[in-house]
Amino acid sequence: MALLSKKDTNLITDPLADNNPITIQVLGICSALAITAELKASLVMAVSVMFVLGAGNVVISLMRNIIPSKIRIIVQLIVVATLVIIVDQVLKAFAYELSKTLAVFVGLIITNCIIMGRFEAFALANGPWRSFLDGIGNSLGYGVILIIVGFFRELLGSGTLFGIPVLGDQIEKTGLYATGYENNGFMIIPPAALIVVGIIIWVQRSRNPALVEEN
Amino acid sequence: MSLKSKLHELKLKYQGKKMAPAFNAFHTFLFSPDETTHAGGTHVKAADDLKRTMNTVIMALIPVLIFSMFNAGYQHYSAINGFPADFSLMNDFLTWDNFWIGIIKVLPLVVVSYAVGLIVEFIFAVIKGHEVEEGYLVTGMLVPLIVPVDTPLWMLSVAVVFGVVIGKEVFGGTGMNILNPALTIRAFLFFAYPTWMSGDKVWVYGARERSEEILAGANVDAISGETILGYLAQNKGAEMTYSVSDMFFGFIPGSVGETSAFLILLGGLFLIFTKIASWRIMLSAVIGSLVMGLIFNQVVDFGWVGESSKFYGLMSFDFWKHLIVGGLAFGIVYMATDPVTGSQTNKGKWYYGFFIGFISVMIRVFNPAYPEGVFLAILLMNVFAPTIDHYVVRGNIKRRMNRLKNATIYPKDSDGKAEELKAETV
Repeated sequence: MALLSKKDTNLITDPLADNNPITIQVLGICSALAITAELKASLVMAVSVMFVLGAGNVVISLMRNIIPSKIRIIVQLIVVATLVIIVDQVLKAFAYELSKTLAVFVGLIITNCIIMGRFEAFALANGPWRSFLDGIGNSLGYGVILIIVGFFRELLGSGTLFGIPVLGDQIEKTGLYATGYENNGFMIIPPAALIVVGIIIWVQRSRNPALVEEN
Repeated sequence: MSLKSKLHELKLKYQGKKMAPAFNAFHTFLFSPDETTHAGGTHVKAADDLKRTMNTVIMALIPVLIFSMFNAGYQHYSAINGFPADFSLMNDFLTWDNFWIGIIKVLPLVVVSYAVGLIVEFIFAVIKGHEVEEGYLVTGMLVPLIVPVDTPLWMLSVAVVFGVVIGKEVFGGTGMNILNPALTIRAFLFFAYPTWMSGDKVWVYGARERSEEILAGANVDAISGETILGYLAQNKGAEMTYSVSDMFFGFIPGSVGETSAFLILLGGLFLIFTKIASWRIMLSAVIGSLVMGLIFNQVVDFGWVGESSKFYGLMSFDFWKHLIVGGLAFGIVYMATDPVTGSQTNKGKWYYGFFIGFISVMIRVFNPAYPEGVFLAILLMNVFAPTIDHYVVRGNIKRRMNRLKNATIYPKDSDGKAEELKAETV
């Protein structure tokens, strides 16, 4: 027996491409703009969201039959807030510098629409195992975009990847910089992320015309 | 058989092929096409198609370009040898030496801007299968005129690709863009490579190398290539040696084509005379900048801002001089009047232009990091132009509705005059 049935596999693979939370559902844009100037921050953010969404989906799914529907949003918020605080404290304990870079945005995972969206749309109506897969799938889709954006922004904006200079030394003028190349300051500022995400959406839609809305 | 008919036959032969749009672009660029609307159906007959409109703007830009080529050399040699004591136009300015600097520094900018931009346009035309539009003809000429003379060519290429793709093609090409493509390119350069777009080393050819030599200990006697706005932003207006006529005629450092307010004025009059550009936008933008300048002058006169303030230099600058330094005049005449990105309604044009002038001067004064606020002001108003139009149109509808409510309508429907009157009032 395969580990995952066909239906379960789709829960993970769909959000990676044709149902991507960022490029198709256009959720979670705020954090995608704010923290993708560095690849490392993007990666940590992706992992944090994966933990929160995976665990949160399971918890909500387990409680789905006992949550009164009138107060379900409050219950969901408490679950997310708990998980986010765990992530925040772990980061502060083990990666203090990085947690300063991410600053308020770890806390703001609470308001990331992807999380509340998946709780509402999936975890409240499905079992824990499928909810877990859905959470992982969606956070992977989110993380992939974050890492692509972070890759281009850090490479073009700072000439580094994970903080390691890959294009040569800017001050010593070695590598690519010897030819007169300069870092693109535009890529550091948040509007650049909007444009990179836009280009990803553009590429995705021209590869798959079924995604283009009619009108 | 003439070349034209030969090209026309080729065009028919390649119709529907992948490369047809690219080929047709050459054809329509050289000749007016053979296809015309048939005699019966057309009611509006005008010769000012897109191509002619664009060519007129380019004609208005040619004097500015030629002047800027001389000025590039003039600023270069003045920075090395000092400004000539008694300036004579023929001996000091319109010289072959000056023009040569223009050829090696300004002309490459023009060539690269056109080459890169048109390649992008051709690629998009072939992919999308539509005709190549003439929109880039003007953009390609504007871009080299609004960048510093020392801009590296590769930076210009990157910016042009960005500006044409993100500024124009993603919105559907010429006529569909929200932002002025030339200013998108300028804004991209400004935010991407700020050290090459501002400061006192970029406005004169060779100033950067000379300053490096000075840093390395060479004894080079060089004048700083600071712009007038740069001086003022640092409260060093007193050190400035440029006279008002220098500013007006353009013998000052600055972006390639923005310096000569005189030639820009002539170009603007030409555009107004040929009815290509809107005089409403130009006039209201001038008024807007004068009003803002006057307000700042008054603030200084009242003593609210002292000489120690960092805004003093620019605030105390005579209000009308804002129009003859920096890129304000160039922006108002050639950029703000872009028919695609500006307001479309006549009333809207007044608001649109006024705020461009007003905000330009405001940014100049309040943010020394952007001594050139013009491009930001125009881009901002580009974004608001559709909103302005929306409210102007809504206002018209509301006024007419009121008129309709109050209109006296004759009791008898059969009375022909009643219908006539109603038609007139509504």
